[in-house]
Amino acid sequence: MVSLLTVCLATLLTEKLPWTAASARLSTQAALMGAAPGRGLEGNAKQEPHDGRRRLRTGAGDHNLFTSIYPPLSQQLPREPMEWRRSYGRAPKMIHLESNFVQFKEELLPKEGNKALLTFPFLHIYWTECCDTEVYKATVKDDLTKWQNVLKAHSSVDWLIVVVENDAKKKNKTNILPRTSIVDKIRNDFCNKQSDRCVVLSDPLKDSSRTQESWNAFLTKLRTLLLMSFTKNLGKFEDDMRTLREKRTEPGWSFCEYFMVQEELAFVFEMLQQFEDALVQYDELDALFSQYVVNFGAGDGANWLTFFCRPVKSWHGLGLRKPIDMEKRGLIQRQEAALLDLRGYLFSRQCTLLLFLQRPWEVAQRALELLHSCVQELRLLEVSVPPGALDCWVFLSCLEVLQRIEGCCDRAQIDSNIAHMVGLWSYATEKLKSLGYLCGLVSEKGPNSEDLNRTVDLLAGLGAERPETANTAQSPYKKLKEALSSVEAFEKHYLDLSHTTIEMHTSVGRLRSAKLVGKDLAEFYMRKKSPQKAEVYLQGALKNYLAEGWVLPVTHTRKQLAECQKHLGQMENYLQTSSLLASDRCLTEEERKYFCQEILSFASRQEGSPGHKVVLPMHSFAQLRDLHFDPSNAVVHAGGILSLEITLCSQMPVPVHMDQIAVNVHFSIEKNSYRKTAEWLTKHKTSNGIIKFPSEASPFPASQSSLPALELSEMFERSPSDSSLTTTGIICRNVHVLLRRQESGSSLETASGVALEDGAHVLKCSSVTLEPGANRVTFRTQAKEPGTYTLRQLCASVGPVWFVLPHIYPIVQYDVYSQEPQLHVEPLADSLLAGIPQKVKFTVTTGHYTVRNGDSLQLSNAEAMLILCQAENRAMIYSNSREESSTALLRIQSSDKVTSIGLPAAPAYHVIEFELEVLSSPSAPAAGVESSVLASPEPPGKQKDGQRAAVGMITMDHKVSIDCPWSIYSTVIALTFSVPFRTTHSLLSAGTRKYVQVCVQNLSELDFELSDSNLEDTGQASDLRIIPLSTQPQQHIHSKQSVFFVWELTWTREPPPALNGRFSVGFSPAAGEQLSVSLKPYTYEFQVENFFTLYTVKAEILPAPGAQYCRTGSLCSLEVSITRLAALLEVDKDEALVESDDYLSTKLMYEVVDNSSNWAVCGKSCGVLSMPLAARATHRVRMEVMPLFAGALPVPDVRLFKYLPHHSTHSSQLDADSWIESDGLPVDRRLDDQLDCSSVWSRGSVHSASSGELKGLPMPRLQALPTGQVFNSSTGTQVLVIPSQDDHVLEVSVT
Amino acid sequence: MEPKRKAVHSRNYPLYIRSTPMENELKFHYMVHTSLDVIEEKISAMGKALVDQRELYLGLLYPTEDYKVYGYVTNSKVKFVMVVDSSNTALRDNEIRSMFRKLHNSYTDVMCNPFYNPGDRIQSRWAYSPYLAAAFCGGQSPAPQLQSGKAFYQIIADADGHLPSR
Repeated sequence: MVSLLTVCLATLLTEKLPWTAASARLSTQAALMGAAPGRGLEGNAKQEPHDGRRRLRTGAGDHNLFTSIYPPLSQQLPREPMEWRRSYGRAPKMIHLESNFVQFKEELLPKEGNKALLTFPFLHIYWTECCDTEVYKATVKDDLTKWQNVLKAHSSVDWLIVVVENDAKKKNKTNILPRTSIVDKIRNDFCNKQSDRCVVLSDPLKDSSRTQESWNAFLTKLRTLLLMSFTKNLGKFEDDMRTLREKRTEPGWSFCEYFMVQEELAFVFEMLQQFEDALVQYDELDALFSQYVVNFGAGDGANWLTFFCRPVKSWHGLGLRKPIDMEKRGLIQRQEAALLDLRGYLFSRQCTLLLFLQRPWEVAQRALELLHSCVQELRLLEVSVPPGALDCWVFLSCLEVLQRIEGCCDRAQIDSNIAHMVGLWSYATEKLKSLGYLCGLVSEKGPNSEDLNRTVDLLAGLGAERPETANTAQSPYKKLKEALSSVEAFEKHYLDLSHTTIEMHTSVGRLRSAKLVGKDLAEFYMRKKSPQKAEVYLQGALKNYLAEGWVLPVTHTRKQLAECQKHLGQMENYLQTSSLLASDRCLTEEERKYFCQEILSFASRQEGSPGHKVVLPMHSFAQLRDLHFDPSNAVVHAGGILSLEITLCSQMPVPVHMDQIAVNVHFSIEKNSYRKTAEWLTKHKTSNGIIKFPSEASPFPASQSSLPALELSEMFERSPSDSSLTTTGIICRNVHVLLRRQESGSSLETASGVALEDGAHVLKCSSVTLEPGANRVTFRTQAKEPGTYTLRQLCASVGPVWFVLPHIYPIVQYDVYSQEPQLHVEPLADSLLAGIPQKVKFTVTTGHYTVRNGDSLQLSNAEAMLILCQAENRAMIYSNSREESSTALLRIQSSDKVTSIGLPAAPAYHVIEFELEVLSSPSAPAAGVESSVLASPEPPGKQKDGQRAAVGMITMDHKVSIDCPWSIYSTVIALTFSVPFRTTHSLLSAGTRKYVQVCVQNLSELDFELSDSNLEDTGQASDLRIIPLSTQPQQHIHSKQSVFFVWELTWTREPPPALNGRFSVGFSPAAGEQLSVSLKPYTYEFQVENFFTLYTVKAEILPAPGAQYCRTGSLCSLEVSITRLAALLEVDKDEALVESDDYLSTKLMYEVVDNSSNWAVCGKSCGVLSMPLAARATHRVRMEVMPLFAGALPVPDVRLFKYLPHHSTHSSQLDADSWIESDGLPVDRRLDDQLDCSSVWSRGSVHSASSGELKGLPMPRLQALPTGQVFNSSTGTQVLVIPSQDDHVLEVSVT
Repeated sequence: MEPKRKAVHSRNYPLYIRSTPMENELKFHYMVHTSLDVIEEKISAMGKALVDQRELYLGLLYPTEDYKVYGYVTNSKVKFVMVVDSSNTALRDNEIRSMFRKLHNSYTDVMCNPFYNPGDRIQSRWAYSPYLAAAFCGGQSPAPQLQSGKAFYQIIADADGHLPSR
């Protein structure tokens, strides 16, 4: 028994596969089934291939062998996947092979040039059960040979011989040849090189391990061979296809033919469940076609394309419900398809495959692209399309796609993928809308006959409904037909669609798109004369455009809104919109004029019915640019005239006559506020008077400009432990302002928010014509009550229409003040100097008082201060705001006690200013009685230290009382003068000759010329003569410098009397014009007494005996000789005087002081000695001193004090430990000096004279001798000291 | 919608918008404005993915029957939109990309102008004969002074497909 089988692909298309049962041959077509990797769409996906396979029938009748094997074979073959290696580097895939087996027939073998891949026999199998050599030789061999020849003739190399072994049969036939089996024979005879082409299948129907093994081997072989053949043939097919494609430039090439070929490939992939690959085939076809259309547009037309340029006759949309639209496919095959047919078929296939691939959203996206491109292609190919046909087609297609997608997805999936579908929805809406407009379904009256004809034509092009949707209630076809049937139905469908679309857009956040659809809807409603429904959509859209600053859409939408509001009779809103439109620069002049006229005509219409006001915001009508006050500082006195000029920039295209323009003003009184006083206002509130208002960028949202600037500041954070920087950054301090949620649009259209304020204070300006552009409007008012006036609102009215600027910002205020008359007197310079003429400024603030002619100021003269009357005094008169000024002569009359200043006439709220010169006598400070070295004269009681005077200057206050004409009370004014000089005197001695030195120090900033310096003795001592040593008559003294004057004192009688000196010097400013008045000299009084020299002290240092020079470190002797020059004098009669017998002596204490530490005094450095009161009496004291340094060292200082014993009433014990009482005189001692002098004072302190509680203690006192009484003749002498010889280090001290 | 997001979104005001065929200007304005929806969608989708190596070019925002709308967004969220005629098949993705790059450069130049106040409308005679329309628009982000989050658009509706030459 022999079976012959051919395995080939099952096709989806062949209704009946041609096979016939031959006696010994069985040909089977094998369908190769790829395993579907995903199971989701399997139900759909598998449907088709299965159908195809089921139509196949395996042979019946006498091919028992195959029939018995077929069930396990067909069952087991697809069980194991095979790796499918593919050409062109495509990734290998695992596929399951499923085959159809068809009885072999020669006619089935493909002829040369066969393009059918689906019916292609991939593998021919010869089944035999023969186990008998004889039988083999007799029949099977021949049969095989014949079969092989047929195959060879068709150059088919894919074959397999299967030998089925059966044990049962073997047993019956005992005459088998043991050595060569049938298999070997067959291999020998047929498979000369391909021994694997012959397989043994043992006991296929038994259930044994051997059977299993042989099955597995057989199946593996079968799969391998099948796949091999498949790959080879597929590759060949693809190559052929490519070849065919390359021929596309040849004239006879037809796209439709090629389409069928490549689609064949797609089918194969689809059956292998390689949907991706199948889709690629369609996409390639799609791209190829698109390219042709593009090329056609570029002028490169292909012949075959003209088929597709036929006029569009039918526009029933896409049909996606059938997996394969055989009808359309047939059209393509017959080359009768129109462009829409081809596109429709292609897309339906793509859609099917995409749905298999579970990519429904891609379907939606591609559908939109397809619809757009179809419209484009038709346009490009210049295909004639009846009006509305494409709209129908697109509408139907959109709905079809949407329904198809909805049909295969659940609700949740759809909800989360609305973004993909919304495009189709809005496209469908758009198309339905244009259909409605086309067919006259949107007009109020309904369609006319022409519209009806068009509708009929359009419906005709739809054809009959497809059978697959015939039973669907909501099919796109039915929807369209219904929508076009009547106005009402159209409205229902259109609103339905629009609302769905808006909802969808909104739900995915596409608010702008939603608004746009809403606007279309509004247009529709307007056409349908239902403006109340349109308004909400228009408002919504407008808000959105305004918020984002889209000017043109804003204008357009506003125009629509205006119309809508007009229809609705919302007069106020309409007028407001009109004013916005009239000022809109995006519109043409005519349109703007129209809207402006709308406002004006409304205003004139309503003239008759007063009381009703329409309040509109001003910014669209006119804008406040700037504001200007006169007086410019916006401060006016009560009763004064204030004018206010504003610049209004009219936005209207035509001149508009306003009935009235008014500014509402709010009045407030701020009491006790320094800032509202007249002085402060007139002085500080100075500006140029122009307040600029930021021009509103009205069409734009506040977003750009009004947001405050970022307030950024640095931030450093240091770690608390080691204060190293851990964090740094920038902080925005006003985040809360910047990140505030934007109030969407509420502030943009403040239609209702404008309220008229009623205020008592209104600035008005009637009958003003506002020209387009800038206009100046001036308001005048007379100031009444003092206080602050704040401008609140600006209103402009035309009839009942009021344009109101609700807030004037920045805040604008003007102030009205009243003022009491006042007088101020102040020096022109920082401080007044005594002795020279100084200018003083008088300021009379008239306030509410009007100065008449004859009014005068009465100044009561102070003694030491003169008011200098110049020949011509002029006064300046200013207004309070310092704007106007005039001069007037000033009449000054002086009498002994009173100086009268006649004021010029001046109106109220003016200022009179004039300057007067005053002169204060440079009164000399009374000199100190004591002839101290540094006499610091105490200021006289009248004088005090002025704060303004330079440091150290003596000041004097002069009080002037002034009587003002406006007041019964006198004004007392204190003027402070500073004495520019400080004077000190000192007594100088040279042996017995005496000199007086006066030092004049200039403390002021001015330079002076000193002249006629003079010193005279005011005492009556005629025997004292004063001889000036400086003879220069004039001396220049610069600022902050000093001049010294020296006189020698001679006397005729000894001792000379005390000197009561009076120094006087004339002075005048060095730089300056000749002064009209003679100035008084500067005087200084002082007293010098006891200046007669009583003692001379001489100190001498002698080197050690035998040495020539003093040496450092070696002792020298210091010899101090104190000589008295006079006998007993009046001055000696004090406590120190000791009288014993005739011998008078006084106790003196000497002290050697070396302040510079050059000398070390060895032993006592001080001592008390008793000095006889006789002329030429001399005391010598010797001391040991040691020089500490080398060089010329100054001799140590020797000081002499009067040593007063303790008070006689107390025990007169002279104690070494005693106290010093300095008795008010500067005892020039310091603590370290006392320590030096340790033998006398172990401790001591300097006491002031007033320490009276110590007076009771028994202690001696030291009294310094007056400076003139002691002359130290060795002051300033130096002794040469040379370094000791063995000194290795020479120490040089430079002091 | 969270408020912050809204703040960004509500500030898509046009910085510069220009369309060369003046007769259809309004339509382009509507179109560009609507395309912001898609841009925002794309930006927020992108924000979740790769922020660092973000592609500035957003690709085709959406096709319409007659026009193709392309988008581009800078790192500071300035958006560029370009509208080209659908029938202009010569303008492929690469051309659009390079046009956007040039547009971006021009925008950068404008920003570098010391006299330009960021956030203001861009005044430019930047019209090329091949274009029928060109437009920029802008919006502010929550940090207004930093000027991020602006939209910057161009509408080009033209058949020749010449690239802008500077």
